This record gives sequence, C-alpha cells and structure tokens, in this order.
Amino acid sequence: MSYDLIDIALAFGKIAVIFMVILLLAAYLVLAERVLLGRIQERFGPNRVGPFGLLQPIADGIKMLVKEDVKPAGADKWLFYLAPAMAAIPAIMIVSLIPFGAPLTFFGRPVGMQVVDLNVGLLLFIGFSSIAVYGVALGGWASNSKYSLLGSVRGLAQLISYEITMGLSLVPVVMLARSFQLSEIVDAQKTGWFILYQPIAFLIFLISIVAECRRIPFDIPEAEGELVAGFHTEYSGLRFGLFFVGEYINIIALGGLAATFFLGGWHGPLLPPVLWFLIKALAFAFLFIWLRGTLPRLRYDQLMHFCWKVLTPVALLNILATGWFILLVGKG
Amino acid sequence: MEQALFYILATVTVVATILAIAEKHPVHAIVYLVTSFFSLAVIFYLLAAPLIAMFEVIIYAGAVMVLFMFVVMMLDLGNPGEAGRPTLRHCLPALLLAGITLVSLVLLVIGRGAEEGPDVLQVVSIRDFAATLFGRYGVAIEIISMQLLFAIVGALYLGRRRRP
Repeated sequence: MSYDLIDIALAFGKIAVIFMVILLLAAYLVLAERVLLGRIQERFGPNRVGPFGLLQPIADGIKMLVKEDVKPAGADKWLFYLAPAMAAIPAIMIVSLIPFGAPLTFFGRPVGMQVVDLNVGLLLFIGFSSIAVYGVALGGWASNSKYSLLGSVRGLAQLISYEITMGLSLVPVVMLARSFQLSEIVDAQKTGWFILYQPIAFLIFLISIVAECRRIPFDIPEAEGELVAGFHTEYSGLRFGLFFVGEYINIIALGGLAATFFLGGWHGPLLPPVLWFLIKALAFAFLFIWLRGTLPRLRYDQLMHFCWKVLTPVALLNILATGWFILLVGKG
Repeated sequence: MEQALFYILATVTVVATILAIAEKHPVHAIVYLVTSFFSLAVIFYLLAAPLIAMFEVIIYAGAVMVLFMFVVMMLDLGNPGEAGRPTLRHCLPALLLAGITLVSLVLLVIGRGAEEGPDVLQVVSIRDFAATLFGRYGVAIEIISMQLLFAIVGALYLGRRRRP
C-alpha cells in the first residue's frame, strides 16, 4: 500500500467537506423541525432571529457554548464526561460510509463520493450503531440519577432489540445486491430500486431506524412525561448539545442509509446525483419530523412486544421468501 | 506505517485488558474491555481479515458487552470496593493455564523459525469465506446452531413466569 500526496489531500478534503456539511445540515434540521412542528400545531415556530429565523441555530449554538457545565453530585466523573462523545461519534462515523454521489474524476484519478468504500461497509454500519448504545447507557448510569438510570436501561433494551430487526431487514438487500459494499449496493439498483422487490424489508428497516434514533413514537428512553428527559436529564450546556446534535446527525445518516439501501442511493433522472441523494435523505428526515408531530408515544411493553413478536418473525420469513425467490427466479 | 499502527494497537489492547481485570468497578471494567475489543478489531483489519474485525465489533463490543452492562445495571452491585483483591491461591489456576499457553507459544515460535510466515497477506473475499464456512464446515455450523437453540430454550424455561 502506498499513497501519494494528492490521494491524502483528497481524502482529507472529502472528510472536511462532509463533516462541515453534515454539522450544518444537523443544525438546520433542528430549525426545520421546530418550524415544521410549529406549522403542524398551528403556530409559527421560531421566526425572530434573522430573516425567517434562519440564524436561530447559530444563536442556539452560542447559548449552549456559554451555558454552565453542571456535573451532578455523586456522578461518575470520567464516564459522565465521555458519554456524550460516545453517543455522537458513532453517528458521525456512519456518515463516512454513505456514497452520496457518482464517482468523479479529480487530477486524472477516479474519486468515489464517499469517505471510505469498504467491502464490509454494511457490517461496519451495524457495528457503529451497536457501539452507539454505550453513549445512552453510560450517560444515564454515570449521572447518578434515578430518572437517568431508568431512561438508559430502557434505551439499552430498546436499542439492542431494534438493532436485530434492522440487521435482519438488511439481509435481503445483501442477498439481492450480492455484496456488503455500499457502492456496489447502489450500483445494483441502477435498473430497479430495492424498495420494489423488498417493500416489507423497507418497512421493517424504516421502523427500526425510527426506534434507533429514539424518536416519537419510540422515544421511551427520554419520555418527558415520565422521566423528565430520560438518560440526558442531568446534562447541560455543550454536553447536552453533543447528545442533541448526535441525534440529528443520526437522523440524517440513517435517512441517507435508507436511501442507499432501498431507494437507489444517488441514482435518479435529470437532476445531479448529489442533489438526488440529498432529496431522498432529507425526505426521510421530513418523515421523522412528521411522525413526531402526528403520533403518540408507545408504551414500553408495546414497544418490546412489537419488536420481538411481530417485526422479528416477519423479517425472518421475509429472508426465507427472498431466498426461495432468488433460487427459483434467479433474480439478483 | 502498518507496523507502527500494530504496535500502538497492541499496546492499547494489552493495557486495556489488564485494566479491565484490575478495575474494581464492573462498569469501568466493561468500558476497558470494550476498548480492548475495539483495538483488537482494528488489528484484525490490519491482518487483512475485515469480516472478523466486523464480527469482533458487532458481536463482542456491540452485543455481548452491552448485555453484560445491562445485567450490571439491573443488579446494582452496591459497594464494589468491598470485594477485595484476590489472593495468590485464587490466581493459581489462571497463572498455570497462562504459563502453559505462553510456553507452548514460545516453543512453537522457536520450532517454526521466522521465515515461514506468509510475506503478503491475502484478503479473503467474503464470498469465499462464506462458501468455506457453510460448505466445508457446514455440519459444524449446524451443530453449533443447535447448541445455541438449546441454550435459548433453557433460558426461556428458567425465565418463564411461574403460575401458582
């Protein structure tokens, strides 16, 4: 393995651009959510800071930066400080796996429009999302608060359960694309998006990513009515901000992955590939906000029963049916 | 560069594992062990085994340790400081087994010589890996899966709700 300077510069350039874009998108997704929720509830939402409230995320960022960083008495110091980063970093790392455009040519060499194109990309995504559990678990545990601990125990159970259905719903995608590599999965959908062949797997994946993001109707770990704010009750200032931004980055990343796995990634007519990808990914973000404005919260036992008694068996049957389909028809 | 990376990762793995054993608090021990698994996964990746690296992260760091943590949180082990350090008598079986492993490793390295290792590591494709696993070792996989099924049935039996 040998690299020259241009390769290294391109790699760092890609990382810097994607990092900046994703942080900006996450900040403005918060604003979009507040405005959309306002409209859903027949109010205006934030519209005072700057034209149409467009400077609101920056004001929020400054507010979080200058707020006092409170550590509760009896908290486990190191884990309390580490947990927000453990929640945000996996979400940012998942973004690096997503192919967001057709490969371009810079300086006479092909450059894939994603940070890394591993042959085990899909598995790395599952790995990172299973690592993200630690932020929730340790944050709540280290806070030395009963609300936080309850929230993180609920979060642990929910996340590991829905990870299983998420993994199972991706098996048919791998069977159809015959690869774990994300760029190959996108290429396999050039002629037909996988949502056409796998509507059931798509639905299961969609439900699982809503649960992975801990969004309404699955926001049991932070149920305000019962647990104040769940696992991040005791956090303030920038540490709370990390949890918060991590959640929104996660929404964009998982929306982008859903587009990659089922909606043909960046493939689409007329418009440039990057735009297609953004439209698809942000459509999922919009759906998440819409769900939040529409649905009530599930009860904890309903959530677990739905995962283990409905989604898991259906996902397993779907894998079996896909296997028979591929064997008999020879598709894929 | 890869060699330097390997030594850094190997140091992290060994130190984190030792800390996981020496740490009195179970949750801290879990965090150290996860660190160790993670750097071990990167070592596997350097050894041209990306699939094994992913399994290490998903199964060990992501699933097994999370379940450990779940149990530790539910148990609420109170004052872990009271457990006390193990005496030499407690350590003896572990030391004995570690000694046997170390001696056999040294004997193996001396007996083999240095030149026999493969020069260039070859990346095994996932398709070949799967074909070997479910083709040549298919029976073993089936037996292991049956064993796991027995474990699940056993756990269900133990955890069932007893009706008076």
